Order: sequence, then C-alpha cells, then structure tokens
Amino acid sequence: MENIFEKSVSGRHGVGAGTPDEKSINKIPASLRRSTESSLPELSELDVVRHYTKLSKLNFSVDTEFYPLGSCTMKYNPKVNEAAGVIPGFAALHPYMAMIDESAAQGAMEVIYNISSLLCEITGMKKFTTQPYAGAHGELLGMLLTAAYHRKKGNKKKYIVVPESAHGTNPASAAVAGYSIITVPVDAEGGMDVDIFREKMNDEVAGVMMTMPSTLGVFEKKIKEIVEIAGQHDAVMYYDGANLNAILGKVRPGDMGFDIVHINLHKTFSTPHGGGGPGSGVVGVSKRIAPFLPEPYVEKNKTGKFCIAAGSRDSIGKVASFFGNFGVILKAYTYIMMLGKEGLIDVSEMAVLNANYIMVKLKPFYDLPYDRICMHECVFTAKNQIKNGVHALDIAKALIDRGYHPPTIYFPQVVEEAIMIEPTETESKQEIDLFIEAMKDIAALAISDPEKIKNAPSTTRISRPDETKAARELKLTCF
Amino acid sequence: MNVKDGYFYSKEHEWVKIEGNKAKAGISDYAQHKLGDITYVDLPVAGKAVKQFEVLTGIESVKAASDIYSPMTGKVVVVNSKLENAPELVNKSPYEEGWIVEMEISNLSETSNLMNAAAYKTFLSGLEE
Repeated sequence: MENIFEKSVSGRHGVGAGTPDEKSINKIPASLRRSTESSLPELSELDVVRHYTKLSKLNFSVDTEFYPLGSCTMKYNPKVNEAAGVIPGFAALHPYMAMIDESAAQGAMEVIYNISSLLCEITGMKKFTTQPYAGAHGELLGMLLTAAYHRKKGNKKKYIVVPESAHGTNPASAAVAGYSIITVPVDAEGGMDVDIFREKMNDEVAGVMMTMPSTLGVFEKKIKEIVEIAGQHDAVMYYDGANLNAILGKVRPGDMGFDIVHINLHKTFSTPHGGGGPGSGVVGVSKRIAPFLPEPYVEKNKTGKFCIAAGSRDSIGKVASFFGNFGVILKAYTYIMMLGKEGLIDVSEMAVLNANYIMVKLKPFYDLPYDRICMHECVFTAKNQIKNGVHALDIAKALIDRGYHPPTIYFPQVVEEAIMIEPTETESKQEIDLFIEAMKDIAALAISDPEKIKNAPSTTRISRPDETKAARELKLTCF
Repeated sequence: MNVKDGYFYSKEHEWVKIEGNKAKAGISDYAQHKLGDITYVDLPVAGKAVKQFEVLTGIESVKAASDIYSPMTGKVVVVNSKLENAPELVNKSPYEEGWIVEMEISNLSETSNLMNAAAYKTFLSGLEE
C-alpha cells in the first residue's frame, strides 16, 4: 500500500483555499515566510478519505475482535460514553472558561467534583486530583507526593520498595522521582515474599509500591502484614490501580491501608486507549497526604455552586494544565453513572469469573506456574510447548491468524515465557469458548506440526517484522 | 550453556574476571540466552562508584529491560564503547568481546560472595531442573 506522500499528484487538491492577497502576506514578517514549497501531499478529498478508511480496515481494535491483552484491561468502550463526550457544552468548552466565569462552566465542574467523590467512595480515599494524563504520570505524581510528605516531616528517605509482581512502570516512576529501588521477590504462592520484605525494610524507605491484584493476577493475601511493616518505618503505601477492575465494590485500597492510589480511567472505567485515545491516571490520597495534592480543586460552596479553589500551602503545585484530560474524565463518569454501584460490582465479578474460566479450561494444555484461584487475569507459560521449539512469541503470533489480538507475553518478567490473558467482563461465554478452542488448537499443532506455529501469522500483510533490527537500527523520519 | 573457567559468577548471572586490582565484568552466556537479542546496553559513565550487588546499569533486549548488578565493589574505569553500535556482541561473545565495564576494585575478598565456574555450572543445572 502506498503511503499518503506516494499518492500525491502535483496540482491536485481537495478544497481550494484561494490565493492570499498581497496585503495579508505582508502582515507576516518576511523572516517568518516560507521560501520553499511545503512538502504536504497533494490529494483530492476522496483520495484522503479512501486512504484513511483503508488504513482503518487494517487496524485491530476491541470494536472488531477479542483483545485479551493482560494487564491492559482492553474492555469494550460503551458508545454511550462517546455520546456524552460530544455534547457541545462539554466538547466546545474552553478550559479557561472556568477561570474567567465559573457560572459558564458549572456542568464541567460538577463532573469533576462528582467523579472525584465517586472515586473516593470506590477506593476509600479522602481526596482526588484528576490532573495526571495517564497511569505512569499518576505514578510519578504518587512518588512526588510521597517525597513531599517526607520532606514536610523532615524524614530522610532514599528508597522505594517494589515487589517483582508490581506493574512494570513502578520502578521507573520511583526512579524518575529520584528514589533508588529495592526489589522484593515473590513467594511460592505469587505474593510478595514477606520475610524478605521485612528484612529489606529500613527507616530510609519512603514508600512501597504495590499492584493489587498483582501482575500475576493474584490477590496479595498478606497485605495487612505488609502495611503494618511499612508503617513501622513510616513508609507510604502506594496502590497501582492498573488492576482495579478485579476488586470494584469488593475491597477498597483505603481500607487496606494504602495512602496513595492511581486509577487508569482508560482501563477500569472503559475509556479508549492503546492508540485509541489519551488516558487519565487520576490520583487519590488518604487524609495525611491530602494537603500535598496538586491544585487547583473543584469545590462546592454552601449554595450548591461549584467553584475553583486554590490548594493548601503544602500543595506541590500543578502536574498538568487545568484538570487533565477532561474528555476522558467525562466518559469515565458516564460509565460509572450508567452502571451504578451494583453494576460496578458485576463488572468485577464477571471479569474474575471469565479469567478463572479460561484458566481452568486451558490448564490441561498450558503450564500454569501459580495454580490458585486468579483474579481478573491468568498467567500461563509456554513451558509445555518449548519442548517442540514453540515459544510464547510463536503462540501469540498464531493467535493473530485465528482472529485474536495476542495476549501479553514475556511479562510479568518473574515468569519465564509468560502468556498473560485478561478477558475482561465484556466478552461473552461464546466468544471466550471460541478463544479457548483457538488456544487448544495451537497447543495441538505445537505437537503435531510446530513449524506451522513458528511461521505464523500467514494471514496478515506482514508476517513477522524483524523486531531486533527495528530496535537496533532506529530510523526516525520527520516530515 | 557455556561457562568460562577462571571467571567468577553472581546469582544474577553477571561474570567478573579479575586481574590484579582490575576487574572486567559482563553477563553470562545463560543470561544473554534468556534475554534474547540484546538491543541496547546502557553504558555507565567512567568514574561511577558502585557497591557489590548494587545496580550497575541496565540492558534491553527484544523481550525485556533488565538491571545489571555489579559483581564487585569498585569504580568504573573503562566501558566497552563498541556496544553502543553493536549490542549484539553481548549475544555473540558474552565472555570476551561483549564485556561491559572494567572496574578498579579494592576488596578481593568479595569473591567469596560469588561462584567459581564449577559452582555456577551446578547453580545453572539447578535452575534448569
């Protein structure tokens, strides 16, 4: 397929922009005027429409196929969210409006105020900020808040503890905030090894970053003990909300003793992601961290009107413009309001049931390193298939031929040849059964005809891109 | 899996070859095999001081990004700048051309926290069950 520049025909255009008159041109300082032609492609409107429509047909999305990408929660994005997102009063609202005239932005401020209150209820936190643009941004904010808390207390802290079963971005976020990382391995059950944790904890540890359920898809049974040990050293407990989808309405991070929580609205609360749209990594905090939250906040005054309020003296300032990705916040708010409390509980129950169903059905065919009831995702390995030279990568590629997005592979790193499957609650039993059959078919072929799996996919435009070459020989082109 | 005699090994699969107060370090054949094609080695700056088993630097492969821990306490003197443009040397020749840093070391007795080739071989066979 030709790219849009290759399709360009000299002199062709969509709409005629006309020729600018001499007077207008002279308003642009000579030094800023273009001396050569722009290198924009020259195409008709129909050329452009066809080009991008064809490209979109090559795309793989949750609207077309099952997307069991572990840790990413690629659930269906209900269309009602989008309908709310395009209401002109929201979509065309300038973010400065709230600063100029609060009465003109009451609706948007109500959305921010309400979602913050709802998320406090869901997580057991005291206060939320909607500023962070995505999960890792929320993590970084969490670490900056941790640092602010210790600075205020005069604590000298250097380390952040991260178990091996934590979300992969955690150590990076802590390092960007200036901390050194202490890694703690997992025990035989897939939880953090509490004995080693106790041994490694010291008064220079600023915080502990946990993902719950962990990236192994299991609930941390010893969380109470972990929180107690952290408390003995005045370490802040950080909850990575990437996997919140498994526990909505069942247990709250705040009740477990966490001080800081980030939530990926684009995962648990069903807004588009993975190239489909921007994210939102809202952050909630307990009472003792609340004074440090970024400002401003939306508050409700005695007459029921919403207003913009400055933060406390201890606020760390802003981490984003205005209130973050408002469109995403609005869509997530719509999702929560449409489902209600009972609906959100159903979400978690179905997500966990679906993952356990897949785990039990595929256990006879794929190695299961942690054989216990899982939460919203299950982690297999390609150990049984490696004997025939078939690796996790090959299994993932063979799934593409069968119409499925590959699951997450080689992560979590603590599991060798990992295949991490997260079906989410939005897939039906029929769809999941078809996926199970595809996985069984691949397991059978790995024995009878492993070459076929190793040469997959054969139905796509490109079979296997050379990932090594792509990573070693970077070619970045800017137009 | 190739294990080179005369080198010391850590449980995290780094090797160190000691000559006087100088020590060359890299990752073992087992480690490069598990990581797959290496795409990037984050070379530390010369002069960096590091304690035994603390993070020395990072390495990336098509599969994962991992930490490399320092097998000894010391100061980085030279780094293998060839790896900048040819990270595949770690795959091709983990014990020779794929060395990562040369360090100045002061405490030779730290080798007692490491394994010799025979012990590392036994350690590896335990990992492979």
